[in-house]
Amino acid sequence: MNDSQDDSHRQVPRPVARRSVANAEAPSLLQRLGAVWTYRELLGNLTRKELKVKYKNSILGFMWSLLNPLLYLIVFSIVFQQILRAQIPTYAIFLLSGLLVWNLFSTGLASATGSIVGNASLVQKVWFPREVLPLSSIGAALVHFFLQTLVLASAMLVLRHAPSPTGLLLIVPALICLLLILSGLGVFLSALNVKLRDIQHLLELVLLAWFWFTPIVYEYLPIQERLGSSSWIAFINPVLPIVMAFQRALYNPPSGIVLPDESLLWYFRNLGVSAVAGVVLVIVGFMMFGRMEADLAEEI
Amino acid sequence: MSTGITIDSVTKEFRIHDQQAKSLKERFISMGRSSYTEFLALDDVSFEVPSGTTVGLLGHNGSGKSTLLKCVAGTLRPNKGSIRYEGRLAALLELGAGFHPDLTGRENIYLNGSIMGMSSRQIDRIFDDVVAFAELSAFIDQQVKYYSSGMYARLGFAMAVNVDPEILLIDEVLAVGDEAFSRKCLDRIDQFQKAGTTILFVSHSVELARELCDQIAVLDAGKMIAFGDPNDAVRSYRASLHERGLTAAGDSGEIAATGEVKLVKSWVEMPVEARDWVRPDEQLRIHAVYESAMKIDDILFAIALHDQRGTLIHSSNSSVMGTEIHEIDGRVHVTYLLTHIPLLFGTYDVSLGAHTQNGGYLYSQEDAVLRFNVGDSAKADGIIEMPFTVTVEPVDSRVGSD
Ligand SMILES: Nc1ncnc2c1ncn2[C@@H]1O[C@H](COP(=O)(O)OP(=O)(O)OP(=O)(O)O)[C@@H](O)[C@H]1O
Ligand SMILES: [Mg+2]
Repeated sequence: MNDSQDDSHRQVPRPVARRSVANAEAPSLLQRLGAVWTYRELLGNLTRKELKVKYKNSILGFMWSLLNPLLYLIVFSIVFQQILRAQIPTYAIFLLSGLLVWNLFSTGLASATGSIVGNASLVQKVWFPREVLPLSSIGAALVHFFLQTLVLASAMLVLRHAPSPTGLLLIVPALICLLLILSGLGVFLSALNVKLRDIQHLLELVLLAWFWFTPIVYEYLPIQERLGSSSWIAFINPVLPIVMAFQRALYNPPSGIVLPDESLLWYFRNLGVSAVAGVVLVIVGFMMFGRMEADLAEEI
Repeated sequence: MSTGITIDSVTKEFRIHDQQAKSLKERFISMGRSSYTEFLALDDVSFEVPSGTTVGLLGHNGSGKSTLLKCVAGTLRPNKGSIRYEGRLAALLELGAGFHPDLTGRENIYLNGSIMGMSSRQIDRIFDDVVAFAELSAFIDQQVKYYSSGMYARLGFAMAVNVDPEILLIDEVLAVGDEAFSRKCLDRIDQFQKAGTTILFVSHSVELARELCDQIAVLDAGKMIAFGDPNDAVRSYRASLHERGLTAAGDSGEIAATGEVKLVKSWVEMPVEARDWVRPDEQLRIHAVYESAMKIDDILFAIALHDQRGTLIHSSNSSVMGTEIHEIDGRVHVTYLLTHIPLLFGTYDVSLGAHTQNGGYLYSQEDAVLRFNVGDSAKADGIIEMPFTVTVEPVDSRVGSD
């Protein structure tokens, strides 16, 4: 057996080494992250699965994910520009640049939260790092996000609206911050949702409130004027700097209107706050997940 | 090289929430902690599956077999103790390997492979073997929700055996699938055994377990009550079932044999020595030599015949047949004479036993120690040879119908 080990290695495909110890103790945070990394290919496959399953037997398929921002665009344009007479030039671009990140956040978080309950049959039958499930839901939301940016890009083309070249530097860091926050929260809530199924429903309400407290359909400036020197309170919302970074980069308003007249550095500094929040959430989220993980398969 | 599996004082406790208080309101009312009772599904279980051997797990329903396998596979984490193994592990836990109903067979093979930790190139290489083994090439691009349960199980089994595991966990999956597929699975398991794969498997078929396993562990309400030699373990298993008022399949549920009287030798005497089968109209002698360690005066000798499906064909004993035994001391030769064998073509197992007159005390019990074939009787289907004649006469249709 041990002699044939090496040559059979070339002939027979073998799965990567499985973990060899099932102890009563939970694995440490680093072990958890390491396990997720070894299973990164599974992450990709589960993301693909999620997308496939979602659009199986549907005629429009991926078009549905484009229709959502289009509908928002139409409804909010009518309500805010025609009825409420909001003074935001090229409202479509303004709305979409904030709305798309928000969609990534809210659909990612909602589907991550339901991911473990939704994949009960996998969780009960096979071992793999369970964090992969919420993360792959977030992956699927990310794919939708990129598709939806096509809508935004074509709107910008049609309206001949150029992004800010320097502002585009904000995009990647902002996206990373969002993914950190999303992963931390999503991983934590996915496990909590197994014990308390209400989380899913509660989350819908929280996200709705959160959406309206974040300046996406309206602009940030009135908030700043209202709060004055204590406008830092608005930044308790870690998604705010991310949304504003996207608006700054893609909507790129003339200085002084819609967005505060601040340097790029100000935006980066705010993103720093989000990044810290994201890292803390990832650490806490994965740690809490580790605590609850042992019971997942049996409580589900 | 796999190291086998070491299961070291594994304890698993389930919390059974009283009214499944899963809503916030209920949690809130009970101040965050819902009341629950603890249920010990595994109680300090320790044993070892030596590398390259096969260990079976027997136990009544709910004794914790699946729980133990899930702990080894890692889907459950034990509360105490540890489980160690090294090497590639494939697990077939109950039905199905966790396929997604909306995906096709092909997509599920890829997904399942990557869940087992394989890269897509590795899966490419085994893909054809999996499909061929499962005999599902015509259905492979169909969503698995349209598979029959047997097809589903085939795909799961095919997947698990084709990843070339060093350690294989099997939970009762051999029971599904048609006869041909079961045979194929057993053949593959046989190959694995020859190749030195470590196997831990759960079965409710005592016969199968005894056939496949080097050792058997018996669980009873979460406790391991026996581990080791298959025959001894089966005896404890039956005793444990008996205590619960249950009997194993194809078994009349005796208490554990004490071994005061031992079967030394047994054989079947064929009517024609050169032939290994017997015709229904011929005579068959079954011989048994017993040895007792002491003088015993309350004893009778029993015999039972089972067909290959485990159906009891005949069971009787010396007392019922009117043979009185005053006492035995040392060796005795017991001969059962079957003057004719009204059975159809097939293979039959003979079990021999010795117990007290009232059956309360079992000296010796040997299940399926002997076997004989009945041939030359293929005129009918069923179990028994029944002499009969058929006549066919015309009926006057005007008179006979009403
Ligand atoms: N998730 C769970 N929560 C609470 N109790 C559980 C859970 N899973 C199993 N149990 C209990 O643990 C005990 C052992 O279950 P297990 O499935 O291991 O039995 P088993 O030996 O495999 O039985 P069977 O022969 O029917 O397959 C049962 O009493 C069962 O009710
Ligand atoms: Mg079971």
